[in-house]
Amino acid sequence: MIVFSASGAERADQIFVLTKYWLMGYVPTAVQPLASAVLSVVPILLVFPLIFAITTLLERKGLGRIQNRYGPNRVGPWGLLQPMADGLKSLTKEDIVPDSADKWVHLCAPLLLVVASFLAYAVLPIGRNMVVANLSAGVLFFFAIGALVEVAIFMAGWSSRSKYSLLGAMRAIAQMVSYETPLVLAGLVAVMATGSLSTVAIVEAQAQYTGIFPHWFVFTPWGFAGFVLFMIAATAESNRSPFDLPEGESEIIAGYYIEYSGFKFALFFLGEYLGMFATSGMAITLFLGGWSAPFSFLTWVPSYLWFFIKLLAITCGFIWVRGTLPRLRMDQLMHFAWKFMLPMTLLNIFVAAAWKFLPAGIVRWFGCAIFLAIAFVLLTRGLKRRGEFRARQYRFAE
Amino acid sequence: MTLVFLILAAITILGLGAAMSLRNPVHCVVGLTIGFLGLAALYLQLGAQFVGLTQVLVYVGAVAILIIFAIMMMRSSESPEQQPYSRSWRVGVAIAFAVYCVLGWAVHFGAHTLPTQAATPELSVQQIGDALLHRFVLPLEIIAVLLTAALIGAGVLALQDPAGEVRGPR
Repeated sequence: MIVFSASGAERADQIFVLTKYWLMGYVPTAVQPLASAVLSVVPILLVFPLIFAITTLLERKGLGRIQNRYGPNRVGPWGLLQPMADGLKSLTKEDIVPDSADKWVHLCAPLLLVVASFLAYAVLPIGRNMVVANLSAGVLFFFAIGALVEVAIFMAGWSSRSKYSLLGAMRAIAQMVSYETPLVLAGLVAVMATGSLSTVAIVEAQAQYTGIFPHWFVFTPWGFAGFVLFMIAATAESNRSPFDLPEGESEIIAGYYIEYSGFKFALFFLGEYLGMFATSGMAITLFLGGWSAPFSFLTWVPSYLWFFIKLLAITCGFIWVRGTLPRLRMDQLMHFAWKFMLPMTLLNIFVAAAWKFLPAGIVRWFGCAIFLAIAFVLLTRGLKRRGEFRARQYRFAE
Repeated sequence: MTLVFLILAAITILGLGAAMSLRNPVHCVVGLTIGFLGLAALYLQLGAQFVGLTQVLVYVGAVAILIIFAIMMMRSSESPEQQPYSRSWRVGVAIAFAVYCVLGWAVHFGAHTLPTQAATPELSVQQIGDALLHRFVLPLEIIAVLLTAALIGAGVLALQDPAGEVRGPR
């Protein structure tokens, strides 16, 4: 059997795969496809909500420290049991549904959001041989699922029959639709470099090493630009600061989930964070090499650990950005998407295509990098001169 | 006629039937989305991964969102008192039945001309891409021109003020 002939590091790396095969041995043949699906999916359902709970605490502590205060530190040592307290609170709060609300749509909206958010994890390779569904069009599947989230937000905003929720839903959908194009185009360069839409193939193309350095796409000029653009668009897609106008508490109370309380609100919260993790996971897969180690002498660390370390790093980046940057106004947000992000992603595709046809070497790297830098400077200068990013003018606070 | 096909077909028919017959326009949109998702699942069950996923991306992600925006802008939250059926609905049903009969006849009697393949052919995205850019490049470019024209037209329409004057960029 495979277990006994593998080395210790390989066994640690493949332990979940081997456990699954061992458990499948005890299942009768007729039920095996179903059992295989269940055994693949249940870890995702267990692990990512756990990461969500840890992230809520990490975020509150992190934001607190950025704002020169402690985060929650009452519940348990250093506030470590705070997620449990939050979960208990949301379970036991009264579920208030407005009288004129559309009951069925009001109920189904958070369910659809959570289901769509979980579906996106099906194509992320968490470790070597550890992907739920090895679709040959995995990247396309991921972006198609993002479209379902928008429908869920509309259902939430409309069914509440409230001005704020409808306005928040319109803004949220407009923002998500606008940033979906740069998101897809920024992710497209990784697909172009690999020549395949399968996430497993993209990670395996990056898991090779020259000397000690990996072939991650983020180390190429178009990959770096693509990664930055993808992360900006991912922040906007998850409605996170600085793109959280549709749900900013000082702007529109809570936007499309203003009329939700108790467990349904917790489901929205869960769905939003799951979407954030899924998009981060896709960024890791496309640009940061998925489960591969950053140096060739570190490959003895199990592959899934690298994935989660990278996910943690990106989550900390999200929290850092949230605590640092102010919110963008709706028109600034839209201008940014259509007038900066979209041209930048199209130019990035052009650079990635040129990269494939130029001979390999240092000239290619610097040429592409200088082209992208010039494009970036011209675009931002051009937008600044036309007054698109002007400073806020306060009407009553002068 | 496997169980999976029956379930997916039932979901599609129920969704699209709800889209036709419900009174509240928002419920109709939700039914339409369910119908589109059912169709996408049917494509995936037939092994057409690219078409199935593009169906979700385009129909659910763009067409349904477009209809949603139209409903949100119209603020037609009140459902009409009576069912807005047309008066000549019997003729409509007869025509639909006739079309169904023709399609069924064509499928039934044309089935023997299909090549008998035991395994489903491996139609990868690469082959679709190759076909689009080698054999069908002219239709592709024509569609690209059409989409550009639609985009420019939408932009021009959006720039016009309701008062009628055309505002250019500031």
